[in-house]
Amino acid sequence: MLMVATGNRAVAEAVRQAKPAVIAAYPITPQTGIVEQIAEYVTHGDLLSRYIPVESEHSAMAACIGASATGVRTFTATSSHGLLYMHEMTNWAAGARLPIVMANVNRAIGPGWNIWAEHTDAMQERDTGWLQVYVSTVQEAYDATLMTFRISEHNDVLLPVMVNLDGFLLSHDMQPLETVEPGDFIPPLHLPHAIDPTNPVAYGPLTGPDQYFRFRWDIERSMRDSVSVIRQTQAEFARRFGRTYGFTDDYRCDDADVVVVAMGTLGKEAEVAVDTLRNEGVKAGSMRLRWFRPFPKLDLAGREVVVIDRSYSFGFGGTLATSIRTSCGIEPYSVIAGLGGQEVTYDDIAGFVRNRRIGGEFWFGVTPGV
Amino acid sequence: MTEIPKEEYVLKGTTACAGCSASLSLRYVLKAAGPDTVLVIPASCSSVIQGTYPNTALHIPVYNIAFAAAAACASGMSNAFRELGKKTNVIVYAGDGGTLDIGIQSMSGAFERGTDFLYICYDNEEYGNTGMQRSGATPLGARTTTTPAGKTEEKKDIDAIIAAHNPPYMATACSAFPQDLFKKVKKALSIRGPTFIHILSPCPSGWHYPPGKTIEIGRLAVKTGMWLLYEREYGRVSISSPSKAAMKNPAPLEEFLAPQRRFAGIDPKTVEILKQRIAQNIKRLTKEESGVC
Repeated sequence: MLMVATGNRAVAEAVRQAKPAVIAAYPITPQTGIVEQIAEYVTHGDLLSRYIPVESEHSAMAACIGASATGVRTFTATSSHGLLYMHEMTNWAAGARLPIVMANVNRAIGPGWNIWAEHTDAMQERDTGWLQVYVSTVQEAYDATLMTFRISEHNDVLLPVMVNLDGFLLSHDMQPLETVEPGDFIPPLHLPHAIDPTNPVAYGPLTGPDQYFRFRWDIERSMRDSVSVIRQTQAEFARRFGRTYGFTDDYRCDDADVVVVAMGTLGKEAEVAVDTLRNEGVKAGSMRLRWFRPFPKLDLAGREVVVIDRSYSFGFGGTLATSIRTSCGIEPYSVIAGLGGQEVTYDDIAGFVRNRRIGGEFWFGVTPGV
Repeated sequence: MTEIPKEEYVLKGTTACAGCSASLSLRYVLKAAGPDTVLVIPASCSSVIQGTYPNTALHIPVYNIAFAAAAACASGMSNAFRELGKKTNVIVYAGDGGTLDIGIQSMSGAFERGTDFLYICYDNEEYGNTGMQRSGATPLGARTTTTPAGKTEEKKDIDAIIAAHNPPYMATACSAFPQDLFKKVKKALSIRGPTFIHILSPCPSGWHYPPGKTIEIGRLAVKTGMWLLYEREYGRVSISSPSKAAMKNPAPLEEFLAPQRRFAGIDPKTVEILKQRIAQNIKRLTKEESGVC
């Protein structure tokens, strides 16, 4: 079905079709559209789920954990401070190996209060054992949400997945959306360690130094195994529904001398910048990173790289830039732009490329003399 | 006499301290609940009591969860079971810290939402698992490792807070009265919606009395009126039989305080305040039972 929808509506629609048995969520701007729409679906019988209107995000994730542990499909959505507040439980969800799907509407962290797009919220979840995908359009928000249920619940993965969409730029922006009939694209969940009173087991008990590390390694092993599950799922999605996704979304990269790497809507904006630069004779390309965890192998050898970060690790560098530096062994030009919803146009991005100083760092709007 | 099943769900090999009344209470809670039960346990003594991976001393599924999250986790679990058409009992077994202090938000939320579960607070009046620090449940005058001169504040009245949520059933109990506890757990689990049982759990390691006196100390708490046993069913209070006689003619409070080193050297003025509070509590509960208030 073809419609015009916001990113929030697109996520809610995908959730309606995935039919989680339990949804627990706490509203926070700019995620509210997702939970309000889901509450509408549940109230009017369009989605036969239990919607638990919890009193906090910490409880939202805890309730998803309790529900998921019984072997049913679960979903939640949050943003910004909500995500930070549930941080203890996001760790627990991954450690308990529960396939919980969460939409995170990326938003800055206070103070000062700022409700606009930034990736710092999700980046602080980087090491929790969650898979993370970042989307750039309303259509992609919908498609990725559908796919993450299948990826998360795959028996080679059984880790929670976070779908990230930029606050307001996607959550509230209206774009064309084509929905699909998922059919059996998302198979029924069979959680091998679902609670069964006829087979009593202690979940998450005291675990000593002689055993604990095995469970940590097990998370990493599944994170590595998730690479092929993501690839297969995206291929199957393309085969069934005709839309193709990779770990990255590459635009005019094949013969590019300089590649812009960014995530979310900035990565989409970079494609327009690439066209502008190409018209000027600069052989530019854009590599929009979709999956941040597991972090894919990127083919950036022999090119100059401009990384645009919407988050920063204080005392070290741009989160994405430092990831690319270590994983690819290259020195990028690190641009910090779009924090707290700071406006970044394709002209600005073209400017970052024109003025690049490989190995340097540039804070858009701050760094003097550039 | 109530027929208590022979089946054991707390098996040999718990790692509880000698004289632990939390594990004793749990034994009767699970006997009352039966095998179609899941326990949700936040960080507490019971995280330790159940044993260490890959072993477990509990013959029932146990879901361990972070300190503040027990009621929320149970909320999700209960909803999922009901959605699946299962009647499985979901029981939170949390300490006083996980209930009165760090866990109060998620507990309040779960009660307000009418979650179908039983929340049990086993109250040893301290953070026992971390080494007997003060909690909101520690009584006035009691020494803990963070109140070395005795607590200067009174015990938080969690039962009044729970009652304000108007649950269909709530009760107090004590590990020294296992039959009373057994009956209350049975009743709580027979009622749909959020139910609450507050168990006073004397702790030899933190209250500093010989482990063999755990039952005696619990009985003295009830005899002196320091702990009142009652039920509140759909708002109607009934005082439980062990407390009925005690409330008419409470034993001197000193009988409860003297055997416990946590009260050693307690200021007589503080004892007077405790006595006044007991008298007030007895008066209030008696009025409530007779429907006067």
